[in-house]
Amino acid sequence: MRSKTCTLSELNILKDNMTIMCGGFGGVGSPPSLIDWILDSGIKNITLICNDAGFPWIGPGKLVTEKRVSTLIASHIGSNPEAGKQMHQGELNVHFYPQGTLAEKIRAGGMGLGGILVDVGLGTSVEKGKEKTFVHGKEYMIEPALTADLSIVACKQADLFGNLLYDQSARNTNPLVAQAGDITIAEAAEIVHIGELNPEQIVTQGVFVDHVIKSKGVDWKWVWELKREG
Amino acid sequence: MGAETRRLIAERAAQEVTYGMMVNLGIGIPTLVADYIPASLDVVLHTENGILGMGGSPEPGREDGNLSNAGGYPVTIQPGASFFDSAEAFGMVRRGYLDLTILGALEVSGKGDIANWIVPGKRVPGMGGAIDLAQKAKKVIVLMSHTTKEGHPKILQECSLPLTVKEGAHMIITERAVMKVDRGELFLLEVMPGYSIDDVLNTTEAKINVDHVRRQTIEE
Repeated sequence: MRSKTCTLSELNILKDNMTIMCGGFGGVGSPPSLIDWILDSGIKNITLICNDAGFPWIGPGKLVTEKRVSTLIASHIGSNPEAGKQMHQGELNVHFYPQGTLAEKIRAGGMGLGGILVDVGLGTSVEKGKEKTFVHGKEYMIEPALTADLSIVACKQADLFGNLLYDQSARNTNPLVAQAGDITIAEAAEIVHIGELNPEQIVTQGVFVDHVIKSKGVDWKWVWELKREG
Repeated sequence: MGAETRRLIAERAAQEVTYGMMVNLGIGIPTLVADYIPASLDVVLHTENGILGMGGSPEPGREDGNLSNAGGYPVTIQPGASFFDSAEAFGMVRRGYLDLTILGALEVSGKGDIANWIVPGKRVPGMGGAIDLAQKAKKVIVLMSHTTKEGHPKILQECSLPLTVKEGAHMIITERAVMKVDRGELFLLEVMPGYSIDDVLNTTEAKINVDHVRRQTIEE
């Protein structure tokens, strides 16, 4: 199996107006080095798909704070006041989905499906403008699948082929996001040789991963760390 | 609302938890409920970010940035716990495996409608997993202050804010009262310490049935 490890300077894939999907939940499990790489590239007008907007200084929230994102597809932005401010000023277009629906739209994209049928949010504003259908007498909304030009994920271990293992609750949306990118880059805390990971335990199969890079580690402070420090 | 009052609400909510339940606790007062669930109940805590069998907070200095609750705060795990991705976390919810969800709200109606994700033009945090949880859990308990900071009722005849779920709440617990919603009707069950039935009625806009009221059961 060929090695997919590389350095970011070898990759020439970032461009304005692209759709980027980012793993993580409240910044936990978001790839710090890949986010910094996107920031440093200077690209703008990004459509960002992620569970939430992180915090202003954490995870994909950094891209929002630096105004690189024009459209955000997420379930929650409450922990990032900068996202709310830009949304109200008309600078950021936000599309909200119930968290489980968003996860499943991403999973459908990664699995080569056209979309999903879901009833979560019927009777609320979620159903506004949604195409509907009945299956076995039950009403569902048709939610199209989501894919992206580029998916970025973080993991605990990657082998050279791109098989990935995650770390505890930092798994969250990463396996789904990894499958849904036209190009997927995995940022690993540790890179091991082919054959070193237990095939029974691999969560994301290398076929979904195009490039593997070594993480420089989390470069932000968590809210609970800042509170502890006062 | 003071820390003491928040704890009182959480303690009362914990009495609704029974043996072996699978439970999801929302952010805010609901998170505090975990402190009042006896270990002997063998409750399994579920989180949206992918833990089944979540434990309490770690000792100071033993936090792990990659092991947290849905609010981003460090947690531990119980023996038998498992980790999974977000699709599976919500598959468990949609499929009906969640016995109880306890969440906060901005408004609730007498029929059990819940509004908790958007104040149009002002605050738009987004729904997160609240719609999935409130629509699919077998039992939904709302914990909140009885009125707004300005003293306006939050338990209304009809919610004024966009809904999270229609007719989703089974129970509402505030610093003033414990109420249940049954077949579209709101019942006052208990009055909390320091308040009278009138205190509850005067600060509740929704029509409320007081035929079954009993005094609060938590002793000082």
